[in-house]
Amino acid sequence: MIRAMRAVFMRDLRLVFRQGADLALALAFFLIAASLFPLGVGPSPETLAIVASGVVWVLSLLSVMLSLDRLFQSDYDDGALELMAMTATPMALLVLAKASAHWVTTGLPLTLLAPVIAMMLNLPADGLLALVLGLLLGTPAMSLIGAIGAALVLGARRASLLTALLVLPLYIPVLIFGVSAVDAAVAGLPWRPYMLILAAISMASIPLAPWAAGAAVRSAFQ
Amino acid sequence: MHRFANPTRFFRISNAILPVAAAGFAVLTVLGLYYGLIASPADYQQGDTVRIMYIHVPAAYMAVMIYAVIAGASASVLIWKHPLAEITARAAAPVGLAFTFLCLATGSLWGKPMWGTWWVWDARLTSVLILFFLYIGYMTLANAFDEPGRASKPAAILALVGVVNLPIIKFSVDWWNTLHQPAALIRLDGPTIAPEMLTPLFLMMGSFTCFFILVLGLRMRSEYAAARLRNAMSRGVTTPDGVPNGPVGREPAA
Repeated sequence: MIRAMRAVFMRDLRLVFRQGADLALALAFFLIAASLFPLGVGPSPETLAIVASGVVWVLSLLSVMLSLDRLFQSDYDDGALELMAMTATPMALLVLAKASAHWVTTGLPLTLLAPVIAMMLNLPADGLLALVLGLLLGTPAMSLIGAIGAALVLGARRASLLTALLVLPLYIPVLIFGVSAVDAAVAGLPWRPYMLILAAISMASIPLAPWAAGAAVRSAFQ
Repeated sequence: MHRFANPTRFFRISNAILPVAAAGFAVLTVLGLYYGLIASPADYQQGDTVRIMYIHVPAAYMAVMIYAVIAGASASVLIWKHPLAEITARAAAPVGLAFTFLCLATGSLWGKPMWGTWWVWDARLTSVLILFFLYIGYMTLANAFDEPGRASKPAAILALVGVVNLPIIKFSVDWWNTLHQPAALIRLDGPTIAPEMLTPLFLMMGSFTCFFILVLGLRMRSEYAAARLRNAMSRGVTTPDGVPNGPVGREPAA
């Protein structure tokens, strides 16, 4: 089982790295969308400093969401997913492997890029550590919860739009605690509790989300 | 449990329940409106705006309860594949969406004179808004597949995932101390609302519950009929208008 999980994990990583464009697209979206905000709300450093934490968090949420279709859709289209569902390995474990690969190729790069964008948006330096740590703890939950949404819409009409509708409401708690942590850090308040809550959400998602997503994947082949 | 899936029995039972629900709805609404608008005192601080509560609180209770009904039905879709469960969940969703909207709208109308704002991003309001989105997502997903019956499992899984929101709604006012008042009705040391105000509140809750049962029953019957019509159409027995195409088998008593 562990071998099957590792095989799926490595396969997904190889697919992303060999294509390259998938990885770059999410990051490019993050960068371009972030550069729209100074033009939209005005370039004054004070305004940007206020909205910076929220903008970075919302955009990383959207970048993760936009890359979700890569999680199952292409494997569903070419039949690989059906073969995986037929193996003896529980689908939940394969989903966990796929979601981990998705996090390594989306959440992790976004976390690394986030401080650069936050500085472009003039986020006070006190908030940078809270932002990066928060994203590091929060993005695994986003990949895992997103896997549920991506699995539910397999075979549906206008699947990618539907994913947004299903997944974004479930992302709201992560967003709230992530932004609160940065704001608390900027204001000089303790931000450790928010980190603990983000970590708790991710920890709870690790067993629960693959279970639901695995059931959803299986239901696509009946 | 599966004995209720028999269509004849389902229609017989719903025939018995629906008039009771309709009568209960009519009587309780009249009583509730009388007690709510005439026979109960105005609040010493809020004046007459407190009467919004008699719609707002029952609507909020219905919004949460109907989601619990959908989640329970969804669980029995996944566990027992009960034929009526999917119809129940699908039939309940738009009613729940309507009550959630009513709850948000009346809350907003109440918030403007009392808090001085239509909307605040407080934990209770936000979690109810998420509930509203969950209803929309559920209904969209349940209708997003071309193949009939294909949507039942994904929609059920989504409904169960959304259950995490229910305790958040309930306890949001305890966990985060914000503008929305804490629980006043369901608490260990008894309600903290004056008895004269509790009477219309409970009457309206009963009236809304009867309304839900009534609409749910009617919608389930029409969903059932629609499913039968779809079956008949796919077998080529009838045209889309329900006109028989030549010789038809005996119609089951309905």
